Amino acid sequence: MPTLKDLSKREERFVSGHRLCPGCGAAIVVKLVLSAIEKPVVVGCATGCLEVASTIFPFSSWTSPFIHSAFENVAATMSGVEPAYRSLKKQGKMDKDIVFVAFGGDGGTYDIGLQSLSGAAERGHKIIYICYNNQAYMNTGIQRSGATPKGASTSTSPAGKVIPGKVQFQKDLTEIMVAHEVPYVATSIIGRWNDLVSKVEKASKTDGFSFINVLSPCRLGWPHDPVLTLEITRVAADTCVWPVYEVVNGKYKITYKPKEKKPITEWLKMQGRFAHLLKPENESLLKSIQDEVDRKWEILLKKSE
Amino acid sequence: MEEKKLTWKQLPQGDVLEAGTSLKFKTGNWRSIKPVHIPEKCINCLICWMACPDMAVKTKDDKFSHFDYDFCKGCGICAHECPTEAIKMEKEGK
Repeated sequence: MPTLKDLSKREERFVSGHRLCPGCGAAIVVKLVLSAIEKPVVVGCATGCLEVASTIFPFSSWTSPFIHSAFENVAATMSGVEPAYRSLKKQGKMDKDIVFVAFGGDGGTYDIGLQSLSGAAERGHKIIYICYNNQAYMNTGIQRSGATPKGASTSTSPAGKVIPGKVQFQKDLTEIMVAHEVPYVATSIIGRWNDLVSKVEKASKTDGFSFINVLSPCRLGWPHDPVLTLEITRVAADTCVWPVYEVVNGKYKITYKPKEKKPITEWLKMQGRFAHLLKPENESLLKSIQDEVDRKWEILLKKSE
Repeated sequence: MEEKKLTWKQLPQGDVLEAGTSLKFKTGNWRSIKPVHIPEKCINCLICWMACPDMAVKTKDDKFSHFDYDFCKGCGICAHECPTEAIKMEKEGK
């Protein structure tokens, strides 16, 4: 496990000058993920905030080979690149050890890119798929996605007289990926850099497909004070809204267990999209969300026994 | 910074771009508050380096070196995460 000092000496693979918002979580995800891998990398990126803000022509913030994909097909793109590399290696035309990393937001992973992701996982390509999950389509104007939590107010599920924010619970994509029986699946947060870095290291040494779902706050869409970008993810882990765990070859392990499980109001009160949930008229809704978080956490505890 | 549009003759062939060209696009003018380093309090843990979304915390020989104000957008995460309060945020143009 490298220290921050080791990481800071490694090659900078994502450089300044990108146009992500001040305090954006996605840039921290990319920095930590790419610095955790020592070998050369090839990066693919689905359309999303990260891609539109880092590759505005003629500028690019990437210093490693980078392939820009459409919204739905970063996993398919990498499914072509990885076998091409294996073939070149077999033919003796290449001898480098390369790690393939795909980045997608929650829109490009949970919803639009799900079929290509599922295909790549099933075929078992040696790719690390990183979902930087900001829980809505932030780039196009904060529309709800399959990853948006229940009760969150977005531009297509606005909290008001008709509905109290998004009506459905979020899709549990991490479990869907576990069901693909790929060798490595994990969730992580940027608030604990050592957790994310060690998971990426493990994934890069995995022989097969690996998937890491990283909670990445959006100061504009959640909205929150930008200084809280890292802290807010730690609160998500402490309240078990975002359990931090890994599944290695089907074996569950909770990698961060909060000493004291906090009520979800701690997490909700930090964000504008949940402000209406704390009003007295939404008490039953608040309870239903707490119950669901508790239920999922209990299931996870049992699975990791 | 003014963005210069390329003419069609200057466009790169195919769709292959040079790497890391965003370093020519300075984002420092987005900032309204700026981080200021207090060396006496700094323990060089480099948490600020880790926390900066704009790669604007520069290190040298395992130690904090300086803030790159050409790119710092003034989000303030570094000051908030610093365990020894060795970074304070100041208003720009003070």
